[in-house]
Amino acid sequence: MKPFAYVRAENPPAALSAIGHEPGARYVAGGTNLLDLMKLEVESPPLLVDINPLALRTIETRGDSLHIGALARLTDVAGDAQVRRYFPLVAIALEESASPQLRNMATIGGNLMQRTRCAYFRDVATPCNKRSPGSGCGALDGENRRQAVLGTSPHCIAVSPSDLAVALAALDALVQITGPNGDREVALHDFYRLPGDTPQIETALEPQELIAAISLPLLPFASRSTYVKVRDRAQYDFALASAAVAVDLRGTTIREARIALGGVATIPWRCAQAERVLAGAPANRESFERAAEAAMSGAGGRGPNDFKIPLGRRTLVRALENAVAL
Amino acid sequence: MLTAPNTTETTIVLNVNGAEHPVAVEPRVTLLDALRDRLGLTGTKKGCDHGQCGACTVMVNGRRIDSCLTLAMMHEGDRIVTIEGIAAEGALHPVQAAFIKHDGFQCGYCTPGQIVSAVALLAEGVAAERGAVQKAMSGNLCRCGCYPHIVDAILEVRGER
Repeated sequence: MKPFAYVRAENPPAALSAIGHEPGARYVAGGTNLLDLMKLEVESPPLLVDINPLALRTIETRGDSLHIGALARLTDVAGDAQVRRYFPLVAIALEESASPQLRNMATIGGNLMQRTRCAYFRDVATPCNKRSPGSGCGALDGENRRQAVLGTSPHCIAVSPSDLAVALAALDALVQITGPNGDREVALHDFYRLPGDTPQIETALEPQELIAAISLPLLPFASRSTYVKVRDRAQYDFALASAAVAVDLRGTTIREARIALGGVATIPWRCAQAERVLAGAPANRESFERAAEAAMSGAGGRGPNDFKIPLGRRTLVRALENAVAL
Repeated sequence: MLTAPNTTETTIVLNVNGAEHPVAVEPRVTLLDALRDRLGLTGTKKGCDHGQCGACTVMVNGRRIDSCLTLAMMHEGDRIVTIEGIAAEGALHPVQAAFIKHDGFQCGYCTPGQIVSAVALLAEGVAAERGAVQKAMSGNLCRCGCYPHIVDAILEVRGER
């Protein structure tokens, strides 16, 4: 790790003031992703601003939304009674993330900011347009088994790593942001950026801005929701494919569905087309397969990751079957 | 309020196993390195140093964490418990005794992390089922492959088979 300075901020104004001291300074909370990348020298911020003292850990209902403070730990959110009752898919996505130790450390805000696990991004000896713009993409014609088949560009096919973000994408979550120019709110849908020709820009968060909270609009039928994650190991691994679904089931007919996919795309992948296929459709395997076909439409593999296209479809079919059976 | 940004060594106080320890660290010293190299508490092991293996598991404020992915400076005022602090002097913690009884180790390198993780798990609460224990212990790798015996040991202490 390269040397860096460290300050501890006691409140949001102090954090914003500290981060402005040094270009390239970064906030640190759980540290599980940032310190890992600093050891690899993929990241080398000159200053870390420790935001753990900030009072941003509350989980509570506010109006028609569930408010989750950015510093709430994954363990806290996964175990929260309201999350489990109103948004079971969020609790499942979190319980299937990382390890118990990491879930005790990692924060909700940090989870949304975690960087890709693409091996070329994590190895400074190799080309990567995300880490070093203009250096090329090692994954395009290299070891890309785990990389994305949706939302890719000729510059980057790095897969998005978060399970939580996939569940939040299905729920139209809002990201509450505080920054030097005041507070703002960004829909999760607008928070993540496709790689295009600027894969180094991953989110709408501006330098110095801080995620303060996630807001989840209450969705009555989200009580019938689930998250299915397929990976190489039974536990403690990133998704090869995952599906977050919530289904408004009336008898044997689907009135409305919410669908997002993970492990297959460069950003959490909301599937509006698949949702339209299911609206008003009978809740049976044929409908689920048509929805899965729509969800993966436009997908393109690069050889080793071709299997993710059928795997993504099957994962979504399984998630819909599980949700309807709840 | 803020303290001044500083890349050089600063003396902080860490509360480890119930005692206050002044320790001089620069910002990039992880909690793991502070415990091992500054305080001589070498029971906590460095395996991967990237949060993937769990050999460095310690408890902070009652919760198990990977000490390799957190900075020592972030833990002033926290209650840190390492493998050296889980049992009274001269005695074994029930989890330690169960690991011996069930032969829950071979080379022993991952064992302190396994035991601290198991002690924390039993405090968290876990169903008396193999699958539940396996899932809850998934953050601790054992390259000798002692998993079945480790789970046996934890289930025995859990009190139901």
